[in-house]
Amino acid sequence: MIIPPSSPHIAGPNSVQTVMLLVLLALLPGTMLGIYQFGWPALFLFLITTSSAVLFEAASLKIAGKPVAPYCMDFSALLTGWLLAMTLPPWSPWWIGVLGSFCAIVIGKQVFGGIGQNLFNPAMLARTILLVSYPLQMTTWISPHPFGSPQSPDAAAGWSITTGGIPDLDAVSSASVLGHVRTDLGMGKLLPDILGPIYHPLASAVGTVSGSLGETSAFLFLLGGLFLLAKKIITWHIPLAMLVTVALLATVFSLSNPDHYAGPLYHLLNGGLMLGAFFIATDPVSSPVSAAGKLVFGAGCGVLLFIIRNWGGYPEGMAFAVLLMNAATPLIDHYIKPRIYGHQGTRIGEFFRRQRRGA
Amino acid sequence: MIEGIFTLTILGLSLGLFLGLAARYLKVGADPIVEDISAMLPGSNCGQCGFAGCGQAAEAVANGSATLDLCPPGGKSLIESLAKRLGVDWDFSNTTASVPTVAYVQEATCIGCARCFKACPTDAIVGAPKQIHAVINSACNGCRLCVDVCPTECLQMVEVQTTLENWRWHKPQPAMQQTPLAQAA
Amino acid sequence: MAGYPIRGGVHPDERKLTREITIMRVPTPRRLYLPLKQHIGAPAKPCRVPGEIIHKGALLARSQGNVSAHIHAPCSGHVEDIVHWPAPHPSGLPTKVMVVVNDGKEICEDVSVPVNPFYLRPEVIAERVGLSGIVGLGGATFPAAVKLTLGQSHKTPILIINGCECEPYLTCDDRLMQERTHDVLDGVRILSQALAGPETIIAIEANKPDAIRLMEEAASHYGNIRVMAVPTRYPMGSEKQLIEFVTGRQVPVGKLSADIGVMLHNIATAYAVNRAVREGKPLTSRIVTVSGGAVQRPGNYEVPVGMLISDLLEFCGLKEEPARLIMGGPMMGQAIPHARIPVTKGCNGVLAMSAAEVARRVEHPCIRCASCVDACPIGLSPLTMSAFLKNDKLDAAVDIGLRDCILCGSCSFACPSGIPLAHYFNYGKGELISRAQQQQKDDEIKRLIQDRQVRMERLEKEREEAMARRKAEIAARKAAQAEKEKAAEGGADKAAEAEKAVA
Repeated sequence: MIIPPSSPHIAGPNSVQTVMLLVLLALLPGTMLGIYQFGWPALFLFLITTSSAVLFEAASLKIAGKPVAPYCMDFSALLTGWLLAMTLPPWSPWWIGVLGSFCAIVIGKQVFGGIGQNLFNPAMLARTILLVSYPLQMTTWISPHPFGSPQSPDAAAGWSITTGGIPDLDAVSSASVLGHVRTDLGMGKLLPDILGPIYHPLASAVGTVSGSLGETSAFLFLLGGLFLLAKKIITWHIPLAMLVTVALLATVFSLSNPDHYAGPLYHLLNGGLMLGAFFIATDPVSSPVSAAGKLVFGAGCGVLLFIIRNWGGYPEGMAFAVLLMNAATPLIDHYIKPRIYGHQGTRIGEFFRRQRRGA
Repeated sequence: MIEGIFTLTILGLSLGLFLGLAARYLKVGADPIVEDISAMLPGSNCGQCGFAGCGQAAEAVANGSATLDLCPPGGKSLIESLAKRLGVDWDFSNTTASVPTVAYVQEATCIGCARCFKACPTDAIVGAPKQIHAVINSACNGCRLCVDVCPTECLQMVEVQTTLENWRWHKPQPAMQQTPLAQAA
Repeated sequence: MAGYPIRGGVHPDERKLTREITIMRVPTPRRLYLPLKQHIGAPAKPCRVPGEIIHKGALLARSQGNVSAHIHAPCSGHVEDIVHWPAPHPSGLPTKVMVVVNDGKEICEDVSVPVNPFYLRPEVIAERVGLSGIVGLGGATFPAAVKLTLGQSHKTPILIINGCECEPYLTCDDRLMQERTHDVLDGVRILSQALAGPETIIAIEANKPDAIRLMEEAASHYGNIRVMAVPTRYPMGSEKQLIEFVTGRQVPVGKLSADIGVMLHNIATAYAVNRAVREGKPLTSRIVTVSGGAVQRPGNYEVPVGMLISDLLEFCGLKEEPARLIMGGPMMGQAIPHARIPVTKGCNGVLAMSAAEVARRVEHPCIRCASCVDACPIGLSPLTMSAFLKNDKLDAAVDIGLRDCILCGSCSFACPSGIPLAHYFNYGKGELISRAQQQQKDDEIKRLIQDRQVRMERLEKEREEAMARRKAEIAARKAAQAEKEKAAEGGADKAAEAEKAVA
């Protein structure tokens, strides 16, 4: 006799597909603005990166003997490619995108065992590999050339930029705000003098600044992140811990030495912090499972990010911070576990619980 | 030259003394692993593992010349305890679960010779000479010694029936099976 | 809704299709199949023989041991036979069942009722509850009398009456509270009396506003009884979670709720206690919600215990072949392989679900989204535990809390990858029991082998002693023989000598 299935016999509405689709939906406004800001080359790079990610995924699955259609249809490869494209310089050559997708999907995900098995965030792993291997191409930032503006290249010119390279680099290149500030600080200038001409908070928030696609509109990515929170795709622990840690450290340091350290708003609006806090650090596979663990993870990312931005070798430290905390995730999961009903918890936990209960 | 002889003699004597004292006071007791394994095995000396008795099987497991799934009457729990004691991992996906069996007397063909009675190491068979014998299921561990000696072959091994008391949920099967391409590779 | 929030939980679609349908009595069918074990503990022992005439309410099987319950006749007629019949269990394996043939006359057994149940002493109340075969009707089926005696031996200043009914589809407790409010409340008062008048809280989920209103009105006359509305969240009706919400305390691991001074009874149990103590009627029927997309006339039915589900579904009508048949609720209920299974005391729902309602998801790999960790009301990490069980690491799974799992199914419900987490834990707990049983059997076998060896050695020694004794006897006899011969020879010699001397 066939044994009927075990309880429960009903299930919730979420599936892997809906989770991924909602994340893509949340990313859409920021992505569209970014592509609008940087024109045709950005669009081509984006399309090439995402499609090569899906193709690499299908190829790896075929070689591994796993069924291709269900895994590809859960949109996880598309999401990885999308996030990677958000962190690349918008006018990069096409092979950066393809190589990055290869590193992300094949090395960062399939080699570990496929979806759910990777230790590191695949997109950040790919970005780091590219940054270390091709520092020139990965730090070639462009000033915004929105669609329709006179300097913006048309489709054909855009295609030639993506396939062939930028013809007149000096005319169009422009460091991101973070890069500019680091270089000038290194030259001995004082912060208020540096920030005056180049830093406009509103521009950073709305997105009319140079940088990668993901470093444009902090505001739109914040909106996307709040949408994910409302839909309960992510929890508030990692983003809040990260943003609060960065803001706190920035406040402390800028108050103590305003000539060298920028304030919290600068850090929150510039670079990829909003994208990172809501979309990259919250990658479920490589982050801890318990709520307290997530807080530790988020805080750790914030501390590392702040350190790298101010004293590290690179102006933007999102990728490194996330990768380092990914490595710590198994340790966090081992030591920080939720308290089981009826068992004695940790002393810290008991303290907080007693405060809440008002015993 | 005399100094050389003198020095080496002193050296030899002192080292010898040290070794003697070490042999007495720093002695490491024999690893009780064989005794521990022997205690885990059923002890019925049925021979299904291929060794003469449980003592020999314990030695073989301890020195690695036998695999952990050598004992059918021990079942899955024996493999688990052996793996734990030896500190190794055992991959259960390759082991086919041996269904527990007990002996059963076909009463029509039993002649009451009492040979099985004498062979059973756990006294699980009841009966007197010239009377029909029967097996007490709760005392039978499936060692098969009785089946070997029965002259009329009325003793058989049957699978333990699944009742409401011993029914358990099966392990969920993994989804998304690999295609034959990968398995052949 | 002032209570202490519980951890985790999920909010499934309520699907209370039968919320507005009044309770209807189902006519007792021709045959009833009463399992002898409808409760936690030892099965009851039949005290009737096939062919015996019985009246409604008569004792059919006696409770055995300390934790057990009586079984009474839901109809008058005669006992047909005691047979093996498929049990209310997913395996469909047989269990011992008493088959009773209904003569349709409803002749009741004579009963004696107290003048005023509120004059009875607590021990007497517990005794009457025990004689009536009442078990926990929320589905746990723990014998209520044993629970009351336990509560009486501990000090329990708080009694919680569980009217939550947190599972989707089920509305039997809701309708019971709305239609038979005063009987239910009297049952609560009797239970309260049996525990020496503790503070009594009737907990009802907020999605039952009518029941809350009616019970509040009825309870307002009594000082120590109050109604508490609890948030609508699964599994709020689970004993551990409800106690935490109402009192703020958790039941420590390995202990009972009585150890922290709390007693919990289901609201339907309270109703049954009222019928038993006030009216002298034993537990022979219960309210069952028949629901699901495949049912023609879903509703709340008063069903005699022992009625086959196939008969019940025939009465309610089936629109289509159900994709799954469930006894209980959809989250923790057991799916049964076919409908020829009897309704038991613990069956609070029969769901004939259509294909659209049942979860059928292709299982994807785990994406470590931790939805299960957020959903677990006990604070376990289902994704880690199921990964351990998948790789046969039972001890590792126990270390992180397999024994604490209450099998509520919230984790499986929340999982976006469709991984059967609760199934893994059912399997894991089964493995633990098998392992313990195997260990016990191994120890027993070893003991038998050793005993036999000792016996063999003793027999051997006795045999050697007997042989040695016999040898000694033979030697002694030989010596005596030799002596006699020698003496005889000596005598003969002497005689010969004497003869010679004479001659």
